[in-house]
Amino acid sequence: MNTTKFIGEHLLPGQIGYFLTILSLVAALLATYAFAKAFFSKELSVQAQWNRLAKIAFYIEAISIFSCFIILFYIISNHLFEYKYAYMHSDKNLPYQYLLSCFWEGQEGSFLLWSFWHSVLGLLVLARLKRWNNNINGVMMVLNFVQFVLATMVVGLFIFDAKLGSSPFLLLREEMSWPILARPDYLHLIKDGTGLNTLLQNYWMVIHPPILFLGFASTTIPFAFALVGLIKKEHDWMDLCLPWASFSAGILGLGIMMGAAWAYESLTFGGYWAWDPVENASLVPWLTLVSAIHACIIYRKTGGSLKTTYFFFGISFLLVLYSTFLTRSGILGDTSVHAFTDLGMNTQLLFFLLIFVLPYFVLFIVRMKDMKAPQKEDEIKSREFWMLVGSLILFLSAVVIISITSIPVFNKLFGTKIAPPEDAAFAHNQVQVFVAIIIGLLTAVGQYLKFKGTTGDYFKEKIKLPLLITIVVTAVVYFFVGVKFTEKGIGFTGAIYVALFASIFTVVANLFYFFSVQKGKLKSAGASIGHVGFGLVLVGILISSSNKTVLSWNTTGISPLRMESKKSPAGNPKENVTLFEGIATDMGKYMVTYVQDSFDILDKRFFVLKFKEKKTEEEFFLYPDVLKNNKGMEGFSANPSSKHYWNKDIFVYVTSFQDHEKEDTSSFLPHQMAIGDSIFYSNGYVKLDKVLVNPNTNRPAGSNELVLQLSVTSKEGLKYQASPSIVLQGMSLQANYDTVKAQNLVLSFNKVVDQQKGILEIGLKESASLTNLITLKAYEFPFINILWIGVIVMVLGFGLAAMNRVKKFKAK
Amino acid sequence: MKKTHLILLVLIAAAIVVLISYTGDLSSYETIGSAKQKEGKFVNLIVKMDKSVAVQYDPVKDPNLLQFNVQDSLGGKIAVVYHNTMPTDMEKSERLVLKGKVQGDHFECSAIVMKCPSKYKDNPNAMKEQPVTISN
Repeated sequence: MNTTKFIGEHLLPGQIGYFLTILSLVAALLATYAFAKAFFSKELSVQAQWNRLAKIAFYIEAISIFSCFIILFYIISNHLFEYKYAYMHSDKNLPYQYLLSCFWEGQEGSFLLWSFWHSVLGLLVLARLKRWNNNINGVMMVLNFVQFVLATMVVGLFIFDAKLGSSPFLLLREEMSWPILARPDYLHLIKDGTGLNTLLQNYWMVIHPPILFLGFASTTIPFAFALVGLIKKEHDWMDLCLPWASFSAGILGLGIMMGAAWAYESLTFGGYWAWDPVENASLVPWLTLVSAIHACIIYRKTGGSLKTTYFFFGISFLLVLYSTFLTRSGILGDTSVHAFTDLGMNTQLLFFLLIFVLPYFVLFIVRMKDMKAPQKEDEIKSREFWMLVGSLILFLSAVVIISITSIPVFNKLFGTKIAPPEDAAFAHNQVQVFVAIIIGLLTAVGQYLKFKGTTGDYFKEKIKLPLLITIVVTAVVYFFVGVKFTEKGIGFTGAIYVALFASIFTVVANLFYFFSVQKGKLKSAGASIGHVGFGLVLVGILISSSNKTVLSWNTTGISPLRMESKKSPAGNPKENVTLFEGIATDMGKYMVTYVQDSFDILDKRFFVLKFKEKKTEEEFFLYPDVLKNNKGMEGFSANPSSKHYWNKDIFVYVTSFQDHEKEDTSSFLPHQMAIGDSIFYSNGYVKLDKVLVNPNTNRPAGSNELVLQLSVTSKEGLKYQASPSIVLQGMSLQANYDTVKAQNLVLSFNKVVDQQKGILEIGLKESASLTNLITLKAYEFPFINILWIGVIVMVLGFGLAAMNRVKKFKAK
Repeated sequence: MKKTHLILLVLIAAAIVVLISYTGDLSSYETIGSAKQKEGKFVNLIVKMDKSVAVQYDPVKDPNLLQFNVQDSLGGKIAVVYHNTMPTDMEKSERLVLKGKVQGDHFECSAIVMKCPSKYKDNPNAMKEQPVTISN
């Protein structure tokens, strides 16, 4: 055995953490058992006994998880690099606020975060639902079983050579076989961790994962309610469940869109949504959860859609687990840019998926025959009919998205080699734009229909005015903003126009309903406000995406011969423009100058760009930056910068820049030439046009000046001027260089070789590190703020709905 | 038959049609050899950089032109033209997924997905070969 005494290790936090993970595992199992005992028992006294025991176990479990959370944060924030988690995910230079991002960069930390939220939610369930009957024990049973399974993910035990989970408290020397780790003083040799992925060093990454995981964790509660309902064949849980479900959908939606905001601000694909598998996997449970909420409301109002409700709540939780599987198993490696890495837990993740899905859906099928829907013909002019249609469409949209996202899984199962289509984003957009149209129209008119049938002309009367306003607003939008995106043909552009109409209709009709029918009372306005927000999200997406324009179309530096390649098969967006330091470059509406660059304390390199509107002369500065990647890895990651206006964003990021670390080793090569002669350099030629004697009148007295006028012509046909000179004052001779930065040329006037023949010697130097230049992309996103405002309004709507339903329930 | 059932059937049929029409757009992963035989067809290549040929990229002349050479595990080699800037870390990347078409003697690339050590530093195997940040 290893008997080396290692110097300077802090083993206590890890040992406590390791113990606590095992304790939480055991406590969760015990709590599951005890809650189950209470739930399945028929006698009140027995129920109370088991319930007491179960609660104690649950509290122990919750405290263990909170403590693990604190210990892991302690390890990261104190830079205890003897722990692999701290070594792999953090370093000493990291600003304090990003230490939290380190926590959830790895799988173990994010599982811990998930458990953390389950514990908080469990405490809330116990605190809020005291009055509900024995079924609360059932809900807690399910929740604790989920906790148990999550605990196995971070416990890191070896059972018969099979690894169960991966612990965040492992020591570096236990995991790695580097020779130096065998030395007792290895900690002195490991100075720093490998650091946090630079892309994650963004404030959104501090807040987005916790919110998203709260969203994921909170889908467990409706699932638990539904499972208890299936077991007990009692369907009266819906009133209780709805606030939780609304809360969950609100938070999950917020979490997803925070991820979009992070992508917009920090990733450089030039947008907020790319239909990346990881994004899709988080969106899909939200879609089905929204379907579930609507089906649930139908059941409460009319008694219909019971099976649909059970199905949707089940499928939402299933999709949360499935997306966990997709993003954490490494299966998306070739298709996604930001999936987690495989930790060798695929089997365990798959097991996690099946252990909940199979029992739920088996039970669901068994119970289905008992769930009798009201035997009557559906009323077409009823709210529930169209709500159900909308829910089904959202669900099918989710099915389509997740099917496409699952191609790598399909490949793995069947050994096929299918890859995403050429334009993967368009493949999604062309389908989802029609979903947006239908959902938009249904959301607009839905509230004007009444449950169980709308009588007479009520609908026609009420919808008239909102429809009229919508037509006017849409006409204004068409006229002043329009849709610039026409690349995919008239059909798709037309669909965008219709979808824009539908989503404006959603906003207007729901606003109108809130003010005219609900008289602006917030009491039952959750739905209206949520729908307004949803409509704004759609409007924002449609306008900003279809009118996104590239400012940095490259028109310079391309020879006429190569212009045809704009229509090359690769689609070829010539969206990068090269900027030279100090030289203003034409970029559509703006003249852009790369003023200078500087470093901040974190080695972040900022580029100062001055934008000047050509017409209004308005000036502003943008500061895109690049951050050197973590130690041991070369390269940089770029962060965009944007200027926010009320109606648009100017968005710019650096795609490449020059590194000045290389030394300038080139030297001047002498050339003899007379007026009219040319010399060549690597990228063109230099011609001596003229020699001027004393062109400057304000030269120092007694000095003589010879100035050369050189014209530089590059291969691309670009022309530059240079005028090196010699100043002769008494016996001293001073040579003044001139540079052509864009061509990396330095020119000097060395001497006069033969005055009679007019032969001069010119020095020519080509230097790679002479100029400061960057290439960048710049976009304009119009009206993107509508999207962000829409998200906020929608989340408020969900929150309001949840609060109002809690109040209603209390009043009963 | 209830109207909801009818609508359900119509919608499911629509979803199936959508998915089937989607399969028509799908592309495939190919080797360099098989991609050459399907000239002009959009494919995905899984390759690594061919370091024996220098990468050509000069933002001064044209920031939207990158030329490099790649090879795949079967030994196939091809020149690649990518009309965009050079992705940082590209030369460090263990594995590239290139999307595009073979055009004549070269591969017209429209997108590059990289697998770099920086993004996948969690990978325990990569870490084992990488004793970094150690100074005496």
